[in-house]
Amino acid sequence: MKTVNRFALLFAAVPALAWAQQQVTIVTSFPKELTSAYQRDFEKRNPGVKVEILNKATPAGVAYVRETRPGERPDVFWASAPDAFEVLAKEGLLTKYDPGIKGIPNKIGNYPINDPQGFYRGQALAGYGIMWNTRYLAARKLPAPREWADLAKPVYFSHVSTSSPSRSGTTHLTMETILQGEGWTKGWEQILRICGNSAAITERSFGVPDGVSNGQFGIGLVIDFLGLAPKNSGFPVEFVYPSVTAIVPANIGLVNGAKNAELGRRFIHYSLSPEGQALLLEKAISRLPVLPETYKSAPAGYPNPYAGNIKAKVNFDSELAESRYYVVSSVFDHAITFRHKELVVATRAILEAERRLAAKPSAQGAQRLAEAKAVAYTPVVDESKVRDKEFLALFSDTKRDAARTKRVTALEEHWANEAKKNYARAAELASEAGRLAR
Amino acid sequence: MSARFTWAQAAVALAIAAFLFAFLIWPVMTVIWVAFADRAGGLTLSHFGAFFQITLMRESFANSLYVAGMTVIVTSLIAVPLSYFTVRFRFRGAALIQTLGVLPLIMPAFVGASAMQLLFGRSGSVNLLLMDAFGISIPIMEGLNGVIFVESLHYFPFILLNLSVALANIDTSMEEAAQNLGASGWRLFRRVVFPLALPGYIAGASLVFIKVFDDLGTPLVLNVTNMLAPQAYLRVTSIGIEDPIGYVICVFLVVFSVAAMAGSAWFLKGRDFATLQRGGAAGLRRRLSPWQAALAYGWIALLLLLVLSPHLGLLLLSLSRVWSYSVLPDAYTLENYATVFRDATGMMVNTLLYCGGAALLDVIIGTAIAYLVLRTGVPGRQWLDHMATVALAMPGVVLGIGYLRSFRDVDLPLGMGPLTGSALIFILAYAIRRLPYALRSCNAALAQVHLSLEEAAQNLGASRGRTIVRVVVPMMMGGILAGFVTSFITAAGEISETILLTSRESLAPMSYGIYLYMQSIAGRGPGAALGVLAVVLVGLGTYLSHRLVASRQASLERR
Repeated sequence: MKTVNRFALLFAAVPALAWAQQQVTIVTSFPKELTSAYQRDFEKRNPGVKVEILNKATPAGVAYVRETRPGERPDVFWASAPDAFEVLAKEGLLTKYDPGIKGIPNKIGNYPINDPQGFYRGQALAGYGIMWNTRYLAARKLPAPREWADLAKPVYFSHVSTSSPSRSGTTHLTMETILQGEGWTKGWEQILRICGNSAAITERSFGVPDGVSNGQFGIGLVIDFLGLAPKNSGFPVEFVYPSVTAIVPANIGLVNGAKNAELGRRFIHYSLSPEGQALLLEKAISRLPVLPETYKSAPAGYPNPYAGNIKAKVNFDSELAESRYYVVSSVFDHAITFRHKELVVATRAILEAERRLAAKPSAQGAQRLAEAKAVAYTPVVDESKVRDKEFLALFSDTKRDAARTKRVTALEEHWANEAKKNYARAAELASEAGRLAR
Repeated sequence: MSARFTWAQAAVALAIAAFLFAFLIWPVMTVIWVAFADRAGGLTLSHFGAFFQITLMRESFANSLYVAGMTVIVTSLIAVPLSYFTVRFRFRGAALIQTLGVLPLIMPAFVGASAMQLLFGRSGSVNLLLMDAFGISIPIMEGLNGVIFVESLHYFPFILLNLSVALANIDTSMEEAAQNLGASGWRLFRRVVFPLALPGYIAGASLVFIKVFDDLGTPLVLNVTNMLAPQAYLRVTSIGIEDPIGYVICVFLVVFSVAAMAGSAWFLKGRDFATLQRGGAAGLRRRLSPWQAALAYGWIALLLLLVLSPHLGLLLLSLSRVWSYSVLPDAYTLENYATVFRDATGMMVNTLLYCGGAALLDVIIGTAIAYLVLRTGVPGRQWLDHMATVALAMPGVVLGIGYLRSFRDVDLPLGMGPLTGSALIFILAYAIRRLPYALRSCNAALAQVHLSLEEAAQNLGASRGRTIVRVVVPMMMGGILAGFVTSFITAAGEISETILLTSRESLAPMSYGIYLYMQSIAGRGPGAALGVLAVVLVGLGTYLSHRLVASRQASLERR
């Protein structure tokens, strides 16, 4: 019995301690380095205020805000993926706030930095690129990649890694960037070849930079700061922006029904002020500020999207991305993530045939090989479909009734089977092609 | 066993039922309901039809079954010799082996998996050495086999703990009788010892099966998605919380786990495992012949090396500055520990508080349910067992969301704020999901206490309550302790509910901290340091709880 009393005493005492101060609560998906820097600095500038950081993966963060009762909700939502903010805004979980900071442009390229409706604002900029482990590449005598297309090359077979668009908002933007830059059919061909070269489709976007940093993977597709921060912390990695890339904002917004909205506003204002923006340049953070003047104090060689030293060829169309968001995620998962083993088998067969045919050319073999590639690397959904509004609407609503669920799952089943069949056929054609080389 | 029952027993049963309904059934119902709900608000079974049409789901189902089955086999190969040799033979370092054997459970599965990737992964130490020496690498950590490998090393303590207690409780006169009749070695084990310890083994093995069947963390860290639990999680978190198919999978996980539990109960039913004496004094341990001893020590040394490898990996990682594509880290530092001590001491206190509270609640309720089921005639008592067991099959995500939904308008008394923003919600959530462990252990322990002992006590004039306190509970103490330790340890490693329920960092336990620091872009060092501290702290907690129970038992015996 004594133990029971002791426990009762202990847990009665803990909550009482936590309520001593004024507190601003921030839901974020950003890593600890970034959030602690802001937490420390904001607390120093606002004595008596405690910053409470709630670190959650973005989808879990959205669910958390939705499931908390108004008045008890966290104050600020701070994350990369713009679509999460769209979801929050649509469900009435954000409230408008303009901190009135001067000097932040309205657009980066074609992409609006702040939500045109005013529900959320860009707090930093992010570009997508390629990172690699220099020791890994040196040990296996591989050249460093420069462009997305490089990752589809035979030399990188089984050395690449990427996440899935359904798992990570940043990967979704990367894939969408490739699709918009290369066009639907050619873009998917490139994505399929890159994934065929991949050792793994990681479950979290963080799995990629982590795997590259510790040498499990040679190369990874990542958002810039996830590549730059380990480099600046001493890991043997490098990062590059390919020419087909897009710069999009990472956002911050005030939650509707926040427990302490006034402090929330103060934090958002601070994060966009020159002081808050300057923190982004810290070595372990390495993000791109939205405030152009902050770049003046950046170290030499720091990428600056406003000065044009990141060449972004793609003008990212967020409306297009938004309209086919679920289709891209679902096609990727059913044709690639869940059928990755089969895709890798097909890719291996194709590369093997290519190697043999290069040694002993054969016209017939070359034709088989071309067929194999066409079968393996053609998307299971063609472009006319993704222009079909009715087709897109089927996926855009997450709250599905029975009939719609049935149609969607039937489609996904069709894609999965189609992909599996294609990969098996491609492997067959490729081995035929290889035999013809003899 | 009589069909009669007292009103006091009925009242306890009712209270437990109410507790389980409020904190398990209702929150889960609010979520599971989605699997049956039509958009119009009506009921439908069409989501289940859709489920069966999906090849991926059938494949995932088969994969989950395969992985869970194989893991039971591998864990048995690890745990059965470990417990048999250490409990039944004179064995140097038996206590050390038993303690070390529990260590894997202390580490959250996802931490173990990532530490093992550094040692056994594609560019892990082992493969780097192999590539250097022979130009080959072994894909130990790839695909389903990787999941089986990691899960086996993580979950074998379930069998070890339960089987060791069962073996220790076997009346040694049985073995002596068998030996007098000429049985020895393998035959003695197969025909006498193992059958008598079967309740413990089955309790452990069914736990392993179910935990692996719905484990989420390990497949995800190894990037294996074609299994049932990851599919449920992926659907709920990517398509949205309203996706019915994800909930259909949850329903399947539940149904299947309950079926596995019921199967093991059915298997044990109608066999009598009770022995009159609690046996196994140290003096009765047998000796191994020299070459048997060499074989046993060799096998155990090999096992322990494997079992401790994740800890070794984690320790190295926690001391490393940069560890990338090399057999060992480049440079060593204590900085990671400094970071953790500066930022995360509150988390350590929280972990001890939540997990201790939850485990205590678990063994109290677990003992009560075991007693009600095995010793009384309270109508519907089996349902308490079934209800509690369902918790085992609940994915943490589902329960977490259910809690947030059900209790968001519930305030604590005395102005302590909302329930969902308090320490209590963690204790309740942990206790509910760990209750089945405690319950299995308590059940197995009580099944081994012969009814005649209680009858004897009552014939001598002890009341029912006094019999429970003075005879039943002390005889069950080994099992209760095993239950407490298992609950405590697994709660400390829980992550999926924790992420959902953490509303302030000041309330966060260590598992949340490890998860957070492990996502650190500038290296996983601080996460590993916190992981090492968690192992030490939970190990210490386990040891202290052993001491606590032992001293209570001693004082009971003195009275």
